[in-house]
Amino acid sequence: MNFRQILSRSKRELPCVIAFGVLLLALALRAPDFFEVQNLRDLLVNTAPTLIVALGMTIVILTGEIDISVGSLFAVCSVALGWLAKAGVPIFVLPLVALAMGAILGACNGWLVARVGMPSIIVTLATYIAWRDGLLWITQGAWVQNLPAGFQWFGFSQRSGETLIVLCAVILLVVFAIALRHLGGGRAVYAVGCDREASRLAGIDPRRIVFGSFVLMGALTGLAALLNAVRFSAIPSNLGTGLELKAIAAVVVGGVSITGGRGTVIGTLFGTAVLGSIGTALVFAGINPFWEKAIQGAIILTAVFADAAVSRIQKHVHLDFSRAGSA
Amino acid sequence: MSIDTPLVRADRISKSYDGVGALQDVSFELRAGEVHALVGENGAGKSTLIKIITGATLPDEGTIFVHNGPVHDHTPRRAKELGIAAIYQQPALFPALSVSENLALGLEEQSFWTRVNWPARRRRARKLLERVGANMAPEAEAGTLSMPEQQLVEIARAIGADARVLIMDEPTASLSDRETENLYGVVRQLRQQGVGVIYISHRLEELTKIADRVTVLRDGQVIETRSMAGITREELIRLMVGRELATVFPKRATAAGDIALELRNLCCEAAGIRDVDLTVRAGAIVGLAGLVGSGRTELARTIFGLTPPDSGEIRLKDRPIQIKNAADGIARGLAYVPEDRRRHGVIPELPISSNVTLAILSRLSRGGSIDFAEETRIASEYLRRLRIKAPSLHASVGTLSGGNQQKVALSRWLAANPSVLILDEPTQGIDIGAKAEIHALIGDLAAQGMAVLMISSELSEILGMSDRIAVMHEGRIAGVLDRAETTQEKILNLALGHSAQNSALLREPTQ
Repeated sequence: MNFRQILSRSKRELPCVIAFGVLLLALALRAPDFFEVQNLRDLLVNTAPTLIVALGMTIVILTGEIDISVGSLFAVCSVALGWLAKAGVPIFVLPLVALAMGAILGACNGWLVARVGMPSIIVTLATYIAWRDGLLWITQGAWVQNLPAGFQWFGFSQRSGETLIVLCAVILLVVFAIALRHLGGGRAVYAVGCDREASRLAGIDPRRIVFGSFVLMGALTGLAALLNAVRFSAIPSNLGTGLELKAIAAVVVGGVSITGGRGTVIGTLFGTAVLGSIGTALVFAGINPFWEKAIQGAIILTAVFADAAVSRIQKHVHLDFSRAGSA
Repeated sequence: MSIDTPLVRADRISKSYDGVGALQDVSFELRAGEVHALVGENGAGKSTLIKIITGATLPDEGTIFVHNGPVHDHTPRRAKELGIAAIYQQPALFPALSVSENLALGLEEQSFWTRVNWPARRRRARKLLERVGANMAPEAEAGTLSMPEQQLVEIARAIGADARVLIMDEPTASLSDRETENLYGVVRQLRQQGVGVIYISHRLEELTKIADRVTVLRDGQVIETRSMAGITREELIRLMVGRELATVFPKRATAAGDIALELRNLCCEAAGIRDVDLTVRAGAIVGLAGLVGSGRTELARTIFGLTPPDSGEIRLKDRPIQIKNAADGIARGLAYVPEDRRRHGVIPELPISSNVTLAILSRLSRGGSIDFAEETRIASEYLRRLRIKAPSLHASVGTLSGGNQQKVALSRWLAANPSVLILDEPTQGIDIGAKAEIHALIGDLAAQGMAVLMISSELSEILGMSDRIAVMHEGRIAGVLDRAETTQEKILNLALGHSAQNSALLREPTQ
């Protein structure tokens, strides 16, 4: 595959990659301290759980749905995992528990959306509130403290623990990038996101695909919750507030169409990178970090605007093509 | 304005879509106080002409005159100002609003801040309803009204807007006899008030009761405009059908094989399919004819498992089968190329290669992973076999012309190697060249032993391609005709719901 083909195939991701490049360049000129190893390391470890959630969100959005309950799912899983650890569940079992727990919670969303046929934005808004308030009610706002010694960093040194977390995110990224392109299931995700009825006629069951994407979303959120929890010595019960927005924003900024069917996890990677490093970048550039949210908002708007503009232009190009073709 | 000045005159109108001519040099006029019937086969150009008169689309050539003044910048809004109103088969009211509100929309002069004068609004509604002979409360919610009541509300709205020209598209399609009589009364009353009515209907016998003149369209051209008096149904059908069949269709003598698909007493309430018996043999092409809305597409969808049947049997190769969804259908060797190519036949955003292999993904996967080499091989094979013109396999299907998109849709199903192929309007809206190629391809497939069930609204296509022709009317098979004894008149007769007195009703002889 030559350079031009790569370019034309990744035109949705390109703006975000360029934005990230510009950001790095500006930092290199204005605040080279940003590139100190320790800072980059912190940034990677901080962003890894968000990236894992954003991967799941990419799948959900590609099928044309949305999940705004992930922040609450994240909190429920974090607290539950903390309790299980305190109850003596061995640390090496916890990742499996995290995946299963998340998958079950995600399946609730998936069942309501795919089987009952309710709109995902309403379903996940309801579960977002239900899980969050349910958790608050059960914990009375108390943190999970006095975690067993082997919980933090999985019992490894901090350095190894951090490496493990980042490694997990990288492996998942690679697996999802390959799966979406090379598996029949990945192809089906795109087909369902583009046109549900056409997919159904081609023998794909859209309900199964949508259900599966919510289960996957839940499982990844559970895992992300565990990888995040082991970084601290206590687990607050209000974890994950705003996580859904971070994940959705990363996906959209990365060039995934909010109406589904188009985009890649590579785009999501760069979307997460841009939005995740803005805050730190502002600090290093000596700009008041209060601007972080405003700038993130501006980036999201720009991304969505660019998407709308590009698809409008493409529509015109398509029309011209079809005219030329039939003449 | 003298009485002879036409209300609306279309002068030498031509219109084509994507290079396919819909109307050629059509002239038409509507006088004050006449009911002018517009008839023709599916696709003869009736709706295009209506769209041009109502300003929904602009003609490529020719001019519309209203009250003898040319209208150049015609838009739906302009049409309304000129007193042109249209009523379609499905009433377009706002179901959650009351009748009086529906009647007020677009009629009352008002700005955003104008206060609504409810008593006046109701008074006017009552008056308009009275004029069309409807006795419903103006406060009734439009969605709760019956179909004919809603239609009357629409007519009342048209009258309220001082419509001088009323276009009625199949207004009686969903009415009972009594409701139809009532509607005739309203139409006659309007005629007396000097309103001109353009009346489109497939029920030819009702035209003799209601119409003054009739214009016959065929293949986008006006065949004749004449007085309705003294014209017979047979004459009308002959005018609609007209030409001798062109011999562009590859007629093949195929030795029909075993029964591939058999329907026994198939019923599906939701799809409106009733007691359908039909057999399709391997190597044969069975044409499925009928008017739009007669249940052809619904039957195809029922066979393919998209709307599962309530009762009856679907048998493949003499074995009864249960199909619950499309995947089952595909696994049993059924293929369905849907009607609406642009929406559901292909996925325009995906590349050609993915579109071609979408129905055989599981077969194409090795250990869960898509075999890209095999995908490329299959896709390029069909690109070559069907002569699909495309820049590359990776071009998204949306960039291709209509004919080539349809070939991609066909490729998807041929790749699945079905034993029964159901085609729904396979050549609708594509240019002549591609059309001939697709016809040749369908002939080839049948010659290779595939059983083909082909839905088409184009009678010449049905006649040219089919070994046998099943004609549907209101969800039933009205008759099955053999190729040798079929004429367009016989098909139309059955399609229009006249149980075949003149045309022999043939079931396939059992062997």
